[in-house]
Amino acid sequence: MGVDKAKNGSFSRRSLIGGAAALGSVGLAKAAVSTEANPDNLPPNVSEWTPYLGDGVDANPYGMPSPYEEHVIRRNVEWLTASTESSVNFTPLHELEGFVTPNGLCFERHHGGVPEVVPTDYRLMINGLVDREMIFSLDDLKRFPQTNRFYFLECAANGGMEWRGAQLNGCQYTFGMVHNVQYTGVLLKDLAREVGVKPEALWVMAEGGDSSGMNRSIPLEKIMEDCMIAWAMNGEALRPEQGYPARLVVPGWEGNMWVKWIRRLEFGDMPYMAREETAKYTDLMEDGKARMFTWVMEAKSVITSPSPEKPIIKKGLHQLRGLAWTGHGKIKRVDVSLDGGRNWKTAQLHGPVLDKCLTRFTMPFEWHGEELMLQSRSIDETGYVQPTIDALQKERGVNSIYHNNAIATWLVNGDGSVDNVRLG
Amino acid sequence: MFGSGKLTLLIISLAILFCAGLSEASDRPFNLGRLATVEEVAGWDIDVRPDGLGAPVGMGNAIDGEEIYADRCAACHGDFGEAIDRWPALVGGEDTLDTHDPIKTTGSYWPYASTMYDYIYRAMPFGEAQSLSYDETYQIVAFLLYMNDIIDDDFDVSHENIGNIEMPNKDGFFVPDPRPDAQPVGGEPCMSNCKVATNIIGRARDIDVTPESES
Repeated sequence: MGVDKAKNGSFSRRSLIGGAAALGSVGLAKAAVSTEANPDNLPPNVSEWTPYLGDGVDANPYGMPSPYEEHVIRRNVEWLTASTESSVNFTPLHELEGFVTPNGLCFERHHGGVPEVVPTDYRLMINGLVDREMIFSLDDLKRFPQTNRFYFLECAANGGMEWRGAQLNGCQYTFGMVHNVQYTGVLLKDLAREVGVKPEALWVMAEGGDSSGMNRSIPLEKIMEDCMIAWAMNGEALRPEQGYPARLVVPGWEGNMWVKWIRRLEFGDMPYMAREETAKYTDLMEDGKARMFTWVMEAKSVITSPSPEKPIIKKGLHQLRGLAWTGHGKIKRVDVSLDGGRNWKTAQLHGPVLDKCLTRFTMPFEWHGEELMLQSRSIDETGYVQPTIDALQKERGVNSIYHNNAIATWLVNGDGSVDNVRLG
Repeated sequence: MFGSGKLTLLIISLAILFCAGLSEASDRPFNLGRLATVEEVAGWDIDVRPDGLGAPVGMGNAIDGEEIYADRCAACHGDFGEAIDRWPALVGGEDTLDTHDPIKTTGSYWPYASTMYDYIYRAMPFGEAQSLSYDETYQIVAFLLYMNDIIDDDFDVSHENIGNIEMPNKDGFFVPDPRPDAQPVGGEPCMSNCKVATNIIGRARDIDVTPESES
């Protein structure tokens, strides 16, 4: 099989801990490693936190996770970009449950840093091919009919480092440019009615008020179908790094189009060919020509546990966990393979299964110390099947950077550690 | 309840509102927000389209652009657009797009000169957005076009011709999106005894570029 059999068959607790400690380089944190319990806290003893009073209600006006969860954070890859202000960090998908991403863990991608926008000075301008060029305050936006929708947001470059081979040894770094929150906002079709769209308008350019002035062209049809200006996520105001006080929501389409700190919408009769839709976010093929306007994020899935950051610590029953999503609607099915794609079983989907949303799946499995090659494959309601990296490379080569939605392989070694590997 | 005076006032107010609405508010289902002034739109409407629409009045050539480029751009992009550290290269890269080391620069990849103006004015220099004058922006565009052998050094790039400058890679892009692609034959994925290669040909652990955790 071409795989080095890991160590020998012995499987003491000592060797397991050693194996887990060796994983420190892949972002494994102490809470996951320390499997040793303090007997003083275990029955029949009275646990150390039981006799004494804890913090009062005024200790944490805005609550934070337990200090024992301090390893559950966004992480970045320093060598990836020239500066942290035009860079990306990654959602720790392997530490999350369900399908909602907590606001503070939603990955960040900025092109000019996070501006500090004063909400009372925030304005949205709408100009171009409209009957009335108008300006809206945040308060104006909030007075429009409200819409609440869960959507995933994925960067088109999620997995972009993996086109040529297994490069980053972590679920977080290879799949973590995606998050899923509930947005509260106004539908753009309502704003469009307020300004009156001229019949010759076919495109809308959205522009951010940040230092990059991020601008993207979006077809009018999509704008009128389901795009929103959102001011809240998961029930609270947008976080600054997610566009406070208002951002564009473009369901199912690549994250770069979801312009944050949005300050302007211009209606026009042709695409604007901004830097981010020509020089960037175009997909270079083997023949040197590039695909342009590849907006939809196609079906994808990832096994979040086991994963390089979530090794298997014990033999016996485990719940394989993962997430699947598609920009084409709902996830219909997720298959899981334990043997590198030779045999597949259909996993259980956990509702709600929503349109253009992360969908949780699980599959129970027994592990007895054997080597496994874990893969997941999502199928959406259009019948689209998440492809293998082989199939993608045959169509698109290895220069595409964007839109890598290939099936990944996690190798479970004999000691329970997990590696991102490429099969061939 | 209303006194008669108040009632009259209310009726008059409603009538005024209704009349005003005939010209404007009747088409505005929510009557929220306000009209933007010409000056307000002019201040924020900074985009420039491939056909030149939106290009502000101004001009500049590469001879003048060399100095402003050296002053405002070269620290990151290099004196000749060759790039410093991980900042983007702006010059060169021709004949590399079909290789496995494609170098995408304004000269080798960007399909429109208008995009250079639009981006440089709105976002550059990095951290000093919208600080260049229109003429300075045209000068920098001209300098980069000259360095990429697209125009001569004395050619004035301006609002009148920014939409007409032909870029080497103008035909390098295609639409519409050809996806879905890479689908299984017959559309249904294999479920058992699938013929797939399961040799491990690469391990991220061996490449060793994954950030260390402090844990």
